[in-house]
Amino acid sequence: MIISVASGKGGTGKTTVATNLAVSLGENVRLLDCDVEEPNSHLFISPVIEETRIVSTPVPQIDEKKCTLCGKCAEVCQFKAIVVLGKTILAFENLCHSCGGCMRACPADAIKWIDRELGVIRKGRRNGLEFIDGTLRVGEAMSPPLIRKVRAKADMDRLTIIDAPPGTSCPVITAMKGADFVLLVTEPTPFGLHDLKLALGAVRILGIPCGLVINRSDMGDGKVKEYAREESLPILMEIPFDRKIAEAYSKGRLIVEEMPDWKNRFIELYSQINRIVKGIITP
Amino acid sequence: MKELIIISGKGGTGKTSITAAFAFLAKNMVLCDADVDAADLHLLMSPEIVERHDFQGGNQAVINKDMCVECGLCRELCNWNAIDEDYRVSPIDCEGCGVCVYFCPEKAVDFPVKTCGEWYMSNTRFGSMVHARLGIAEENSGRLVALVRQQAKKLAEEKGLDLILTDGPPGIGCPVIASLGGASAVLIVVEPTLSGKHDMLRVAELAGHFKVPAMICVNKFDLNKDETRVIEDTAREKGMEVLGRIPFDPVFTKAMVQGRTIFEYASRSEACEGVINIWDKITERLYLK
Repeated sequence: MIISVASGKGGTGKTTVATNLAVSLGENVRLLDCDVEEPNSHLFISPVIEETRIVSTPVPQIDEKKCTLCGKCAEVCQFKAIVVLGKTILAFENLCHSCGGCMRACPADAIKWIDRELGVIRKGRRNGLEFIDGTLRVGEAMSPPLIRKVRAKADMDRLTIIDAPPGTSCPVITAMKGADFVLLVTEPTPFGLHDLKLALGAVRILGIPCGLVINRSDMGDGKVKEYAREESLPILMEIPFDRKIAEAYSKGRLIVEEMPDWKNRFIELYSQINRIVKGIITP
Repeated sequence: MKELIIISGKGGTGKTSITAAFAFLAKNMVLCDADVDAADLHLLMSPEIVERHDFQGGNQAVINKDMCVECGLCRELCNWNAIDEDYRVSPIDCEGCGVCVYFCPEKAVDFPVKTCGEWYMSNTRFGSMVHARLGIAEENSGRLVALVRQQAKKLAEEKGLDLILTDGPPGIGCPVIASLGGASAVLIVVEPTLSGKHDMLRVAELAGHFKVPAMICVNKFDLNKDETRVIEDTAREKGMEVLGRIPFDPVFTKAMVQGRTIFEYASRSEACEGVINIWDKITERLYLK
């Protein structure tokens, strides 16, 4: 089973929920940090890293000796990554989406692939928990190709928990797509509610069953709960604001390490998700 | 004219609430919400929309069934597996690269322009605001960010205003890159956590990459004073000016619930003092009147 932990708004507690859930369930769990722009799960998991691999995407390099300046490559490219200006041809590798159109269009065989580094993928473990994260190279604009590569490490034979990026556009869609369940995390504030509506919209477009965790549940107002009720979105957990939790978080500590009684609550959270996914209860 | 971008790397550190508080203090300014993916500034500004425009963010392939002979070439060439066995293009997966359109031997693939969102020019109680809404699950947020910034700049020029205050997106990817180019300075709002520090360093490196001077402030600093000091020292080592601290204060949430800035909710709070100090330094650094 794949559970993707997501939220429209940033900083609502995705990483807190994903890491505490993963550690509470312990053995036979794989945690993927797909928030490649700002990956934070490793700060809480402190995994022993076993492998670090650079991930690249192919971009065109033009052999000017072979190029006839016919302009077909520039014509096919939708991203203005190749431009023909008079007697010069320029390839802007940062704009390239690696669609392969230019290479196929070139009649003179003047384009070959070179690598543009997207970032790194690391693999490690913390006891029985397998940990994988992606870190986008600073300066790289496109996170979805790297997210797809981290996302592809989901293991069908065991539970995979995904820490997704914030937002509702391509990066988060890439991290949620194909999951069996999306666990939305929000806070009960106007910003939290507004962004929850967007996130739920995205989950509904993908047609994935989902549930809600309300973090800092005693701050703000009651409108998130009201909205969850209207939308039949099951509230699976509430985490109150607690200075002890905030301080633990600030030091990179897990709630379940600081307050061990929370472990059972996260196990219960998983049981509820399991029941929904298996269709034992319909939310 | 100056443009200050408020970013954070990590989400939820208080960018939007602080931007709104600055809007209360600033004079002769245009507000710009560049967090088009999950825009929230309007919830505090109650903008009255004056102009509404479609945002067209690229094209999307659509296969014309009457002309398609199901040769399979498009499915083979599509790097996004966006075309299924029945030759339907998944709008979520289509990257808009046009490879299927260009190479289809039957010319059976249409490539209509896609409306991905809307952008607005509005009036607020603090002045004009340019903001946007990217459609759910849409792409091209970077282009929409560039567009709202460009419109904010145009508006500021027309009205002879000195400052654009831009609420930036989280992260370090395409929308953030689109928010940075050509800005006068960035203010990184950091929270005193390991994650906050980690994410600040990445976004600071990005700002350096684009040669935009970066300053920081620590929000909710009293949640971990040791980490606050570490963050401030690290920032200085990296050549960033530390403008000040704002305490953890429920006033932010309470003001947000009422759709107001913290100054309109409780002008005597410690949080307001912290914000005023930081704002004073910003006006000095940017040479604002």
